[in-house]
Amino acid sequence: MKVVDELLKNPSAWLKVGAPPGVMVSSRVRLARNLEGVAFPGWAGEEESLSLWQSLRPILEALPGCAAPVALEMEGLSRVDKEILIERHLISRDLAEKGRGSGLVFKADETVVIMVNEEDHIRMQAMSPGLSLRGLWRTIDGIDTDLERQVRYAFSPRLGYLTACPTNVGTGMRASVMLHLPGLVLMNEINPIIKGVNKIGLAVRGLWGEGTDAAGNMFQISNQTTLGETEDTIISRLEQIVLEIEEHEKHAKERLLQQKEISLRDHVGRARGILTHACLLNSKETLDMLSALRLGIELGLLREWSASMIDELFLLIQPGHLQKVEGKIIGAEKRDLARARLIRTRLTAKPACPP
Amino acid sequence: MMCETCGKKMATVHWTEMVNDAVKKMHLCEACASAKGLDVNNPAAFSDVMLGLGAQKEPAAKERDVACALCHMRIADFKKTSRLGCQACYETFADELKPLLEAMHKGNQHVGKVPAHKEAKGAAKAGLLPSLAGLRQKLEAAIAAEQYEEAASLRDQIRQVVEKAPAARPRPAKEKE
Repeated sequence: MKVVDELLKNPSAWLKVGAPPGVMVSSRVRLARNLEGVAFPGWAGEEESLSLWQSLRPILEALPGCAAPVALEMEGLSRVDKEILIERHLISRDLAEKGRGSGLVFKADETVVIMVNEEDHIRMQAMSPGLSLRGLWRTIDGIDTDLERQVRYAFSPRLGYLTACPTNVGTGMRASVMLHLPGLVLMNEINPIIKGVNKIGLAVRGLWGEGTDAAGNMFQISNQTTLGETEDTIISRLEQIVLEIEEHEKHAKERLLQQKEISLRDHVGRARGILTHACLLNSKETLDMLSALRLGIELGLLREWSASMIDELFLLIQPGHLQKVEGKIIGAEKRDLARARLIRTRLTAKPACPP
Repeated sequence: MMCETCGKKMATVHWTEMVNDAVKKMHLCEACASAKGLDVNNPAAFSDVMLGLGAQKEPAAKERDVACALCHMRIADFKKTSRLGCQACYETFADELKPLLEAMHKGNQHVGKVPAHKEAKGAAKAGLLPSLAGLRQKLEAAIAAEQYEEAASLRDQIRQVVEKAPAARPRPAKEKE
C-alpha cells in the first residue's frame, strides 16, 4: 500500500536518535480505553466492531493531537505492510491478526498512534527517542482528554478504566523504555538486574528474544501494575529505575574498558569485519553484530559511523522492511543475502559480495 | 532464569497460583511443568492454572455458573480466554476477579485519572476519588520539595479520606442467585 511505502522514507519515530548515542533508545506510553455499553472487541461480533471503527475513525482523525492523520483498516493490508507497521511499533502483532473493523489512526510523523479494536476498543500510544516518559504522558493525556469530550468511556470509580484484560484495569497505562545494554550483558550482570527489576513490579523483556538471548542487547522495561497508583507514581518509579540501570550500564562499560579492553576491541572488530564482509546475514546475528558496532560507537572506539545510522539499520534489516526495499516477497535465505547486501551498502558503499 | 525444580533448563513457564489468598509463584521449564500436570500446550487449561481458577480442590461442586446480563459471557468463557466480555463483567464476575486483581496490582482502588464526565458526576455524589488522587500527587510533590509540614498535613487529609472511602468498608453481601 502506498501509504505504508511512504513510511520507509523516514526513520521510525522510535529510532530518530538525537546527538550523543545513549543507553536509552526510546520511550513509549500507551493508554487502554473502552467505550461505555459496547462489548470488548474479543467478545463483540464483526458488525459491532465494524460500526465502532466507522464511527470512531472520523473522531480520531479530527483530534488536534493526531494532526495529518493516516487511517488504515487491517483488512486490505498485505502481510508485508502489516510487518512494517509492527516493526515500526505502530501496531501490535495482535492487531495485525485482525481483519474487518480493526485498524489504526496515526499522526504522519508516527509519534502518536491509536489502534482501534485490538484487545480494547482504543489503545493510544505516544513514542519518542530517548527518555521522555513525562512528556509522552502529557501528550497522550491531552489526546485522551480531547477524545473523552466526544465519547463516553467504560469507567468505574473503584476500578478505574475498565479493560478487556484485568491486568490493565485502573489507569490502563503501560509506560515503557527501550534500553541498549551491551555492557551489562558482556559483563554477565544482566540477569541479577532483570530479577531485581521484576521484584519491584516492573517487567523486563528483550525487544527481540528473552533474557541473555535478547538479540541486539535491546531490552524493554515497563510497569506491570495499573491499579492502585497514579500515573505519575508509576512513571516516576519506572523513570527512577531506568536511570539506575543506565548508571549500572555505564559502570559495566567502564569495567569492560579497564578489565577486558582487548576482548572488547576484538568483539567490536569482529562485528565490523563480519558486517562489512559477510555474504549472508541472518536476523539474530545481524542484530548482535549491530549491537557490538553501537557499543564501539558509544565507547568512541569506532568513529566512521553514527549511532543513529546503526539504529536505522536495526529497523531496515527486519523482514518486512527488507522485503519492502527489495520490492518483492522473498524467502529466508534470499533475505539473508539481501540483508548482507544492504548492510555492506550502508556501511561501506560497496554492495558487491567481497570474496 | 533457571527452572526451580531441575535447575538445569531455562524456566519458560511462569506459574502464579492463589493458595488461600496468598500468591504462590513458580518458574519452571516446560518438562517440569508438564510433570507437575500443567498442560502448557492447552491454553485453556493453562490459563485456568495461571489465573488460579482451576486450582481449587472441588471446582465442579463449588463453581458458580452466572452469565453477564449485558454481554452474556459465562465464567467458562472468561476462563478460556482470560479476557472479559464487557464492562459489566467486572460486576458479574467480581468474586472471581477479586483475588486476581489483588495478586496482579498494587491496590484495589483506582487513584489515577478520572474522565471529566465521571468526575463531575462522581464528585457531586462522593467527592472522594478525584481529590484523593490529587492529594496523593500533592503529597509526592511536597516530599520531593522537602516541604515536610505540608506533607504531614496532606498525609492526615489522605488518611481521613481513605477511612471514609467506600472501598475501605466491607462491601454489603450480595443476594445469592
